[in-house]
Amino acid sequence: MPAVDEILTGKRICICAGSGGVGKTTTSAAIAMGMAARGLKVCVLTIDPAKRLADSLGLKQLGNEAKQVGPELFERHGIEMEGELWAMMLDAKATFDELVARQAPDEESRDRVLGNRIYQQISNALAGSQEYMAMEKLFELHTEGRFDLLVLDTPPTRNALDFLDAPKRLTQFIEGRSLGVFMKPTGLAARVAGRGASVALSVMKRIVGFDLLADLAEFFNAFSGMVDGFQERAKRVNKLLGDPSTSFLVVCGPQGEPIDEAVYFHRKLVEAKLPFGGVIVNKVHYPAERLRGDGADLPAALAERLGDEELAQRVAENFADYQALAERDVRNIDRLAAELRTKGVIRVPYLDEDVHDLAGLGEINRYLFASSAEREAIAAGRA
Amino acid sequence: MAAGFSSPTAKLLGIAPIPNFLDKRLIFVTGKGGVGKTTVAVAMGLRAAAAGKRTIVCEVAAQENASRIFDHTQVGFHEVEMEENLWAISIDPDESMREYVLLQLKVRAMRDLLFRSRIFNYLAAATPGLKELVTIGKIWELAQLDRKVKSGRKYDLVIVDAPATGHGIGFLQTPRTFAAIARVGPIHSQAQQLDRLITDHEHTGAAIVSLPEEMPVNESAALEHDLRSEIGVAVDRVYMNGLYPERFSAEEAERLAGLATGEDGATRAAARAALSEHGRARSQRAQLARLRRRVETPVKALPFLFEPDLGVEAARQLAKRLH
Repeated sequence: MPAVDEILTGKRICICAGSGGVGKTTTSAAIAMGMAARGLKVCVLTIDPAKRLADSLGLKQLGNEAKQVGPELFERHGIEMEGELWAMMLDAKATFDELVARQAPDEESRDRVLGNRIYQQISNALAGSQEYMAMEKLFELHTEGRFDLLVLDTPPTRNALDFLDAPKRLTQFIEGRSLGVFMKPTGLAARVAGRGASVALSVMKRIVGFDLLADLAEFFNAFSGMVDGFQERAKRVNKLLGDPSTSFLVVCGPQGEPIDEAVYFHRKLVEAKLPFGGVIVNKVHYPAERLRGDGADLPAALAERLGDEELAQRVAENFADYQALAERDVRNIDRLAAELRTKGVIRVPYLDEDVHDLAGLGEINRYLFASSAEREAIAAGRA
Repeated sequence: MAAGFSSPTAKLLGIAPIPNFLDKRLIFVTGKGGVGKTTVAVAMGLRAAAAGKRTIVCEVAAQENASRIFDHTQVGFHEVEMEENLWAISIDPDESMREYVLLQLKVRAMRDLLFRSRIFNYLAAATPGLKELVTIGKIWELAQLDRKVKSGRKYDLVIVDAPATGHGIGFLQTPRTFAAIARVGPIHSQAQQLDRLITDHEHTGAAIVSLPEEMPVNESAALEHDLRSEIGVAVDRVYMNGLYPERFSAEEAERLAGLATGEDGATRAAARAALSEHGRARSQRAQLARLRRRVETPVKALPFLFEPDLGVEAARQLAKRLH
């Protein structure tokens, strides 16, 4: 497996995908920083960076607009920065509002949507709008063409599919204007909808209530003037996702479940004909040097060096525990490589320190941007 | 008969008394993605079941994490007995919607008409938040002593492996959102009923699962705040999961430092692993202290398990340590 910079050569969009808790936000930031260091103008779109990570980037008030990370910060950390690193935090509500404002044919329809109670609720509270908006912001930035590379830290969706389906679901949801037709089945609409629909509707009124149905109809109706714009846009977002200049990097952890999810996600990418770039496994326990000869000698050897049998015993036990985790990681990663039919994966070791500053990102990049040979050498050196 | 695996749950009896929050009827287990929510939810289920409570663990997305833990027993949209007193269910929103309609409409012809109706299927799929609403509706139904579903079992405790943080808040907020949108009518009153269940401090609670790292600690603090003030659910526990044991003292670490730069392969590697463990255990203790400072809820630590796979045995070990 080539290093991240080789995978991303000539790419305009890098989408980091994976389940929650595998270090996606940190990996996205590290990739963006690494590519910027190599001379590109890069923007990382993140969802919810840890506060200290945002602080360390000097971006305390990270908002829905891209901001550049001060070049002096890199200098201070001894990181050579040939390009520019920009970052923004996605604000789903603000993005949704902007989208509506842009798509509305006139001010009145814009205000009707923004003022609709159902709209206010979904854009604020209900699950799912983050996925739509991540895609939307990505598309907008891509169209503006201000950056050489966009790195997207995808929302922590439970189900990887949610993310891929977002543009399609957006279109579907906008098509709800048909409800308005059904609610007032008069004239042509009544003839088209037919009797079946109106009976179904009366049943629905009974279990849902007329008011809510009417509100829903109003909600979908309010969007009706924007349907074509939205559909066109969703189509273009889908096309962008499948473009050869886009690359999906699957991020996971070495435990059984994240590996399963990475395999599943890779399969979905292939099925959807989306460009898979590579897989990054975070927090890998590297196998330490093998015990020489009989492992039972270790406590004795340790005791001799330390002059403390009890401590030697604890050190040996701890080592055995670590080795077991390392062996598990090797097994899981082998399985991942076999399933993905790839020769190797990019591994980032379980670092002793929690990563939340530029120095930490730099440390991660030693692995993400190292050639295979370099990575092995580093791993051996650490062991 | 237990469908999953046979095991002496009684082994769990006779250890520390069951945490009193397991006396509630409904508990939502939530937290940032990847912190071990499912394992903790199953551990709570095992603990309650061992204490004689008829318990069901609910998985709410289509991923079936809980059934994975239960030895890959297929858990679908039906209540499967895993072992004595312990059941599991995977709540599928489409199935929940179907069941809801079946309960609302007693006349078969009307139901068939609805299920075949294009507009109904369209609305069921496109209405934002509806999936979450019917999922919570099913949880409510499971928690009823007088079950609506024919021949439904009566449970003492319902444990929900809830969606991760960001979605978790939206998920629990759904009933209130719908109650506000609907204003009047059946959905309004049913949504209000669900919201009353979630905010009923006597019978319903939430447990937040965290990890001893920067991001999960920050997120847990924010989550506690939102659950309490925005949702109004009682937060009973914060579990700091995956805490490394403190195997070595600072003085011992100093003694090991020399060995870690030595030359011999095995002893050097072992010393390095020890130093690594010492460093992580220490930074984790700092995160634990940070979490305790930042939340109001009692924080309980759960150990890191040096297990290759976090299956049911891991959940069993955690179950013994729940407090």
